[in-house]
This record gives sequence, structure tokens and C-alpha cells, in this order.
Amino acid sequence: MEYILIIISAVFVNNILLSQFLGVCPFLGVSNKVSTAAGMSGAVTFVMAVATLVTYLLQYYVLVPLGIEFMQTVTFIVVIASLVQMVEIIMKKISPALYQALGIFLPLITTNCAVLGVAILVVSKEFTFGGDPHMLNMAQAVVFAIANALGFGLAMILFAGLREQLELANVPKEFKGTPIALITAGILALAFMGFAGLV
Amino acid sequence: MAKSSTLKNMVVTLFAVTLIASALLGGVYALTKGPIDLAMAAKTNNAIASVSPEFDNDPSAEMFMVESAGKSYKVYPAKMGGNAAGFAIETYASGFGGRIALMVGFNVDGTIKGISVLSHTETPGLGDKIEPSKSSFSAQFEGKDPQNFKLVVKKDGGDVDAITASTITSRAYCDAVTLAWEAFKLCSNQKSEEEKANE
Amino acid sequence: MSKLSLITRGILKENPIFVLFLGMCPTLGTTTSAINGLGMGLATTFVLIMSNIVISSIAGLIPSKVRIPSYIVVIAAFVTILQLLMQAYTPGLYETLGLFIPLIVVNCIVLGRAEAFASKNNITDSALDGIGIGLGFTLGLTVLGAVRELLGSASLFGIKLIDGDGMLVFVLAPGAFIALGYLLVLFNKLKTRIS
Repeated sequence: MEYILIIISAVFVNNILLSQFLGVCPFLGVSNKVSTAAGMSGAVTFVMAVATLVTYLLQYYVLVPLGIEFMQTVTFIVVIASLVQMVEIIMKKISPALYQALGIFLPLITTNCAVLGVAILVVSKEFTFGGDPHMLNMAQAVVFAIANALGFGLAMILFAGLREQLELANVPKEFKGTPIALITAGILALAFMGFAGLV
Repeated sequence: MAKSSTLKNMVVTLFAVTLIASALLGGVYALTKGPIDLAMAAKTNNAIASVSPEFDNDPSAEMFMVESAGKSYKVYPAKMGGNAAGFAIETYASGFGGRIALMVGFNVDGTIKGISVLSHTETPGLGDKIEPSKSSFSAQFEGKDPQNFKLVVKKDGGDVDAITASTITSRAYCDAVTLAWEAFKLCSNQKSEEEKANE
Repeated sequence: MSKLSLITRGILKENPIFVLFLGMCPTLGTTTSAINGLGMGLATTFVLIMSNIVISSIAGLIPSKVRIPSYIVVIAAFVTILQLLMQAYTPGLYETLGLFIPLIVVNCIVLGRAEAFASKNNITDSALDGIGIGLGFTLGLTVLGAVRELLGSASLFGIKLIDGDGMLVFVLAPGAFIALGYLLVLFNKLKTRIS
């Protein structure tokens, strides 16, 4: 039951992009076409899930026991950078077409605030899913990461669809491009606020 | 001109960079540990001072734990001239946006001296009115004795004026204060038993 | 190019927020008030200047294939130093900015600057560049923070201007996007007016 709450909360109520502001750079950059948005979201989901798992283990089995929690930022980002590198190498071998399509955006997953953000969130604060505040256990952490990635993907794909429509609309000159995209994102965020209180 | 990218150079460089960075961080950590601990203690002490009656001891130093309904609570005793003047108790509840942490100060006679908010993630403009600076919601508890003043919102048959449009937050706040009161009752029993034993 | 123009470039022509569209996450996430925006900007500027200086100094020693991971480690180290210093000396701001402080390490501005400028220029120029870009970023953050605070909480730098709430949506998520969008339009108009 708690897993359903985690998923609903991460995808709708506290959408990583529309309410936590993590992952906005690729959001504005990649979301012009639904197909690229979908491909990017898939890659991000994989990296986020594995990164969260590895950093979770790192935090609780290495950093905390050795009392070196201050190394969190350095070690976490090194883990993420290495993971992205591995994904690049694997994808080049398995699906060169997808590798080409994603282009520069694949290495950019390293600097995606959402990936590092979720990894840190999972080990930093207590969550209140259907009960008393508590830290997440490993299974909950992974589910949380995947759910957040799904929320990211959902927002990206919805937004890409909206932007494809915006291309055909009559937008005033000064608003063309990023400004109107931001205002549209704001309205989308406003819509998602309607989910508040669901969990 | 950068060095050539032989395997040996790459590994040595990465290793060296990481080693130097870690050493530097270890040094800065050692230097800042004292001030950081001081800053965290100051935060707790300020909260204790703002909700306790006058005292001349060091409540943080005399902190003890109390078990109530399966959970532990931190109790900070305030004393004047060796006699107990009041108790400040840290308590928690799950609010609308996450964990709400409060410091509730009780006079020895069981009335509430004051309540301060340690942390919360409630909605700005709505739930965040639990902060004393934002509204008089928390002031209504001052001077009240929970034996006569029902720590439940009026909607649920109690005596507490809830924050408009923030019933969930108000309910959670009341829950937290009630839990603190339960813990207070236990520790004032503890104290009077200690005093009896000392006589 | 002149030393002064290294600094002024980061404010208008290559403003990281309004021209390069980098560092969007903290721009939206930490600008609920002018002070928060200012604090975040200064924190990022610290990391920018320090990492630019160090990376400019060691760029020659690093094999090009591992330069990105090495730069990331350097940046992460300075972000951690910033975290420790803030925890010790500015705990209130540290708590308010929260998650966004460690996220400076993935702020595209810092890594982007290191790769595009610091690794190819001398130490002084890199430091000045860091100051310029940092200043532009801080200015943008403070202005956006001030706008959101004014509209959303009816206050400026913590001083209440009228009794009561403002349009709360501006201190919440949607308001951030919308305020930035409109500010961008104003900035573009300003740029075409000046040039």
C-alpha cells in the first residue's frame, strides 16, 4: 500500500519537475519533440533507479559507518558520472540508433539535477507516506526513484506535446521560444497543484 | 597543452585529483566541526529558551528521553535554583506537506508556556501560519492547561481554532502537542518520584 | 579583451540565466525571496571563482579524456567546502536553500565555464570570468527573487510593505515559471533597446 502512495506522491503531488524544480534544463532543452522526450525519459529512469540504489548503499554502508558523510556530494556525483559513462558505452553497442538520436543529451544526464537531487533526498529527509515520519528503506528508495523518473517523463512528454502545438500558434515576437515555454510550464505546474493533498 | 591520454596518465590523474580533494575536504571538515556543532546546538537552545519559563540551568545538557506510546521524546528540563520550573519537549507529527517538528514548553503546573516550530514543509500562506511570526494560531495555546483545553480542532469537538483552509495542518499540529503533553505527564511523574527519593 | 569586459560580459551579453539559459533549477527553486536569491547567487559565485582558479591552474596536467570527471571532482570538493562553511556560519540560509546547495555541483554554469573558459585561459582571466558570470547569475536570481517576493508576499528583502498576503502563486512553483518567463521578455526588450 505504501508503495502506491510513494508512486502517486512522486508522480503527481510532488512532481520532481513541476513542483521541485529538478531537471528543468533538459526539460526546456529536449522537450520540443515527443519522441526525443520519451527516449530521454527512458534513459533518465534507468540512471536514476540504479544511481539511487548505489548511492543508498554507499551512504549507509560506507559513508555513515566511517563517519565521512561530508564526502557525500563528491562520491555521489562520481557514482552518477560513472554510471552515465557506462550507459553510454552499453547503449553504443546495443542500440546505436538510439545513441545517435539522444546525441549530446546522454552525457548531459550527469548534470541533470533530478538524478543527483533524488539520490540526496532519499538519504536526507524523513518521509511521511501514510504514517509517522521515517527514513526510506532500500526497496522504498528504489521505488521512490523510479516513480520520480516516471513523473519526470510524464511532465516531459506532456510538455513536448504542448510545445509541438505552440510551434504552430501565433506567438508574439518577444515571447517566442523560451519565454512562452516557461509560461506554459507554469500553467502546467498550476494544473498539477490540483493534486495537492491527494496523499 | 594537456597531457596525453594514456591509460596510466588517466588513472594516475583521477586518483591524484580525488586523493587531494578528499584530503582537503577532511581538513575543512575537521576545522568546521566545532562551529557546526555550535550552530546546531544554538538552534535547539534558542527554541528551548523561547518556550520555557525562566531558568538558570543548561536544559540541553540535562536532556533526557521519555518513552510514550512506543516512541521516544527528547525532554529539556528548565530549572530555577535547582527546582524544576518547566519542561521543553520535542515532538513530531505528519502534516500536509511532510514532517512538522515542534518544541512545546510546559510550566511545572502543566500549563503550556509556548510552542515554537523547529521545522516544517507546509504550504506557504496556508499551513505555514503555524509559525508564530505568521499568525496568532500558536499563541492561542499559551497559558492553557490541556486538562481543560481540549487539544483538538473545534471542527472535531475540541477547543482549538484551526487555521482557515488548513485543517490538516492544524490537526497535525494538535496531534503533536497532545503527544508532547502525554510525554510531559510521564516525565513530571518521573521527576516527582526522583524528588521523593531524594528527600 | 579588456579585464573589465571579462566581468561585464557575464552581466549582460552572456548572462547565464537570461541569455545562456543555464542553471534553471536553482533559478526557479531558490528565488522565493530576494534574500534567498541573493544568498544562492553568492554561494554559486564562490564555487565558480574557486573552481575556475583551480581548474585553470591544473588544466595542463590533466589528460583530455578524463578532464570532465576531474573537473567534476574539483567542483564537488568546493561545493562541499561551501556546504560545511554555510552549515557552520550561516545555518539559517543553509536550511532555506536546502537541497540546492549540493546541487551547485551539477549547475551547468559551473562545469560549462570550467570547460569553455577556465581550462583554456590563465588564472587571472579565469577568476575574473568567474566573478563576471557569478555576478550576472546573482543579479538575475536577486531580481527574480525580488519580483516573486514583491508579488507573492508583499515584502522586499524581508520588509513587509503592506499588511496581508500577496498573490501567493508567485512564491509557489507555477509562479516561478511564469515570473521568469515574463522577466525574460523584459530582458530581451532591454537588450534590443541597448544594442
